[in-house]
Amino acid sequence: MWGDWHQLWQIVSVPDNVPIVALLFLVPFYTWYGFREAFKHDRLIAQLETDPAMAKTHHRKPYPFKTGWERELHVWPYLMRIEFLAAVILTVLLMVWSITLNAPLEEPANPNLTMNPSKAPWYFLGLQEMLVYFDPWIAGVVMPTLIIIGLMAIPYIDANPLGNGYYTYKQRKFSIWTFLIGFLALWCVMIVIGTFIRGPGWMWFWPTQTWDHNRLDFAVNRNLHEIFGIENRWVAMGFGATVVGLFFVVSGYLMHRLCMVTEFSRKIYQRMTLLQIITLHTLLILMLSLPAKMAARLLFRIKYVLVTPWFNI
Amino acid sequence: MPEENDKGAGKPTGLLGTVKETVKGDLAGLKGVLVEKGKEELAALKEPEKTQLFRSIFRVKRDETPRSRALSVLTNVFFHLHPAKINRDAVRYSYTWGMGGMSFYLFLVLTITGVLLMFYYHPTKGQAYRDILYLHHDVPFGQLLRNMHRWGAHLMIIAVWLHMLRVFLTGSYKRPREFNWCVGVILMVLTLLLSFTGYLLPDDQLGFWAVTVGTNMARATPLLGHEGPFGAQLGMTAFNDVRFALLGGSIVDANALLRAYIWHCIAIPLIASVFMGVHFWRVRKDGGISGPAPVMLESEMKEEKKGPRPVILRPSGTR
Repeated sequence: MWGDWHQLWQIVSVPDNVPIVALLFLVPFYTWYGFREAFKHDRLIAQLETDPAMAKTHHRKPYPFKTGWERELHVWPYLMRIEFLAAVILTVLLMVWSITLNAPLEEPANPNLTMNPSKAPWYFLGLQEMLVYFDPWIAGVVMPTLIIIGLMAIPYIDANPLGNGYYTYKQRKFSIWTFLIGFLALWCVMIVIGTFIRGPGWMWFWPTQTWDHNRLDFAVNRNLHEIFGIENRWVAMGFGATVVGLFFVVSGYLMHRLCMVTEFSRKIYQRMTLLQIITLHTLLILMLSLPAKMAARLLFRIKYVLVTPWFNI
Repeated sequence: MPEENDKGAGKPTGLLGTVKETVKGDLAGLKGVLVEKGKEELAALKEPEKTQLFRSIFRVKRDETPRSRALSVLTNVFFHLHPAKINRDAVRYSYTWGMGGMSFYLFLVLTITGVLLMFYYHPTKGQAYRDILYLHHDVPFGQLLRNMHRWGAHLMIIAVWLHMLRVFLTGSYKRPREFNWCVGVILMVLTLLLSFTGYLLPDDQLGFWAVTVGTNMARATPLLGHEGPFGAQLGMTAFNDVRFALLGGSIVDANALLRAYIWHCIAIPLIASVFMGVHFWRVRKDGGISGPAPVMLESEMKEEKKGPRPVILRPSGTR
């Protein structure tokens, strides 16, 4: 049944979902806020690039400055008062939130009564949503590890020296796009899907579509080699491995092309060491494997690409 | 005192007279001195910063000279995380978003509310759930306390994510702050783990199934989980794999509750505190917060310098 606004309100107003509703506003707001500053800097950069004389004398910030002004402020009181104010506002916010909304408490834990849907805490819903597309060892173990390693690798594979300590979009298009796709599209959107769209049996229910606890999913997911009619297990394994290998090669090449799109990005590419290039490409390919597998599952109903007796991909 | 020895000897009037005289004289003397002193001290209270007590605590004069302002930061253990002076643009909210400071503040709020909650909580099956009910219905402000802890934790996760987004968008992870970014990533993971371990503690259906779903993933750990790739081949069963180690059993039960409690209340906060110490210290040693730095033009890009870099950097913006 469609148009079930009551249920949508019920989901939205679950106390534990309030942070996600907050996230829905806060993340776009701060993204916009960051980009506003970035464009401000980009305009200044463009101006300075066309006017070398100005570049020599300008203080190089889009903020007002006149000669003779102090370059530095005393932390006491100019920073302390901001921190104090922030602490007060945050405390008031937390107090009001805590007075108006009670923390959830369900029935006592009962291993014999499964919650349906049983959901992880909201910040891990992205990983739980990934379980639809990958086996638990990838979605629950390998991917989180890769996210952590990938994040920690960022400073060491980003060879672009520009944009250090100021907002800019123009000078860092590639890294900003990569990060925002990862953070917004692959992390936050997955959380939103996990919260608002997944219903009983982790089935897809559009917002305002009533959760039907008796609904059965009749879709048949096939493995890739079955589509091609390969029956021999070893041939299928070889075929699957080839496809996975092809994915790596093709997407690796696409990533390479992407790194060579502009003259600036070619310049940055020149500065990278072989180790940096290999790490960057491996991480990008692995990141791309999530939307690739999602598309394979959602569009072509493919369950596994590679089936082996020990693990499936 | 000779007068006292003479008490029984029988010159009561004379003695009494002597005592009276003496006391009267003393009182008259004291009256003048004490009142004067009292007046003096009351007047001094108008300037409390000049009292010995105040000076013993703060040590620094409170006026608006640059020296005093700098010293009030440098001589205070809570403030000395800050430098005495910062870049004039570094206080702009549009640059910092204040999310790092807010994460730390929320950590403090969570520590305080968490310790208070610990007074009412037993990490044992059956009792744990009753303790939450007790908090809700009987403990004064118990429900408020739990709410603040819960919502504070959610807010902290959002603050940490936004802090990461800001640091990324300003390119603050770049040289020389690469390592501090890594420390930050670890702190973010610890924040998520803190929240996750706390989820089980009310011992209700929500926490139980969330942690069941979460730890079931550990079954599938390659090599170390009994359902993971090559786990069975390496002799992993439900009773010796990594999930068993996390839960202290093969299901989420009393041992898992105790382990979550200890990770949540002792181990992870301690580890996180150490990393936070490093994180804040490195912010200073890497030259203070990263900006807003002067923009650099593409034409000014130089070859990456090889070799050692300065050990301790001047704050950005100083000459």
